[in-house]
Amino acid sequence: MTANGKSNGGRRTVPGMGMVKGLGVTISAMFKTIFLPGKHLATVNYPKVKETPVPRARGVIALDQEACTVCMLCARNCPDWCIYIEGHKEEIPPDKPGGRIKVRAKLDRFDIDYALCMYCGICVEVCPFDALFWSPEYEYSEPHMGDMMHDMDRLQDWLKTVPEPPALEK
Amino acid sequence: MPTWITDLFSNFWVSLGGKLLLVALMIPLVGMVIGFAEMKLSAKMQYRVGPYFAGGRWGWAQLIADGVKFFQKEDIVPTDADRPVFKSAPILVLVGTVALFVVIPFGPNLIFRDLDVAIFYALAISSLSTIGVLMAGWSSANKYSLIGGLRAAGQLIAYELPLVLAVVGPVILAGTMSMQGIVQAQIDAGYPFIVLQFVGFIIFMIAALAELTRIPFDMPIAESELVMGYLTEYSGFRFLFFFLAEFANMFTMSAIAVTLFLGGWWLPFIPAETLEYAGPLILIGKTFLLVFAMIWFRWTFPRFREDQLQSIAWKWLVPIALLNITVTAALKVLF
Repeated sequence: MTANGKSNGGRRTVPGMGMVKGLGVTISAMFKTIFLPGKHLATVNYPKVKETPVPRARGVIALDQEACTVCMLCARNCPDWCIYIEGHKEEIPPDKPGGRIKVRAKLDRFDIDYALCMYCGICVEVCPFDALFWSPEYEYSEPHMGDMMHDMDRLQDWLKTVPEPPALEK
Repeated sequence: MPTWITDLFSNFWVSLGGKLLLVALMIPLVGMVIGFAEMKLSAKMQYRVGPYFAGGRWGWAQLIADGVKFFQKEDIVPTDADRPVFKSAPILVLVGTVALFVVIPFGPNLIFRDLDVAIFYALAISSLSTIGVLMAGWSSANKYSLIGGLRAAGQLIAYELPLVLAVVGPVILAGTMSMQGIVQAQIDAGYPFIVLQFVGFIIFMIAALAELTRIPFDMPIAESELVMGYLTEYSGFRFLFFFLAEFANMFTMSAIAVTLFLGGWWLPFIPAETLEYAGPLILIGKTFLLVFAMIWFRWTFPRFREDQLQSIAWKWLVPIALLNITVTAALKVLF
């Protein structure tokens, strides 16, 4: 309803009817929720009843250590620098005697500070070797802020909760 | 009752102390009941559950837990604040609330003091909290607090006028300013004054909502613009004082409206002996109906703009209230 008492359809209504309608909406919501909570409640009693998040929900980031090449792209692209990566070169002996020594990057430390993380998902996007995944798990609050730093073993554990990727389009 | 108790309470100081204790207990109690009702009702109006776990069932202990939490918090005073003013502002606001309880008639004989100018006293005392709010806004040394405090001053002064003018109607009809006298006049007339003073009642309720700075009249607090208005710098039990004063003021304002317009502790067809005991329950029942309406409005309407607020007061409420007084006085003289 507009200020001059006209509804959107151009029909004249009584001034103040919008306010009365609004009061009707809230009181009917109240009675519905009190007498038929099962049918009308929009929320659940969280710790007792849990809603299942959608499969692609951004709950927590999981790490596949085998796939990580310590390229640091995720850490450098992180907007609030919440990813800490350390690694070193490992020398692998040559296949044949007299061959060339192979060099491989070995991951020593991969921490994500979830107290800082803002769940933008840029690290998951930029990872060139598909080592980072979104998982819909969300229950990892801690009494101390320092414990929000998840080390690479914990991040590896989250990998079990990552849902299967959707089927490829034909 | 044993004689030693009546003797004890006939002592002026003992009875005064008893009454003070009663009011001091009543304010937190009323504040908690209304605060809890607000939490639960707002949840239901938004299809939510509301407080659920505190106290085991229905979350009945939520407000007690909140109160304990406020007492545990650090009492922070900003460095630049005017300390004595900053510290005394919440006390002044709460004193205004306490003093309002003095004139509310809970029953035929149950009133702290039946003043001859009770309505005048109530209106005068209720503007005491305006000073408290302005003191809080000024002494916080914070721009949001100052804007909030000045907005509150502008709003409370603007709505004091329609409030006073709306009260004049029942006073003309009853011919007295005493609260018990007004209730008695409604008993003698046989109907509550809302029948003749419906316009006055509506104006009184709108102005009372604005005086309480509740949504839709909460520009002094306006979270989205002013953080928390004049309450921005308050924490711990000083914040609790403001909080309690708001909820207890809802009760006292509604109780005054009930006394003036809805017949107070009186209901038709109930014998006078029963009213002696049922009076307080009837008054509190009617009061909570009005409190429910206030909560209902809060969760329905959005906030007014500052200029809309002023134009409602000066362009609509004041002229209509003046017209109401003229018509009431004319009809009183004619009939």
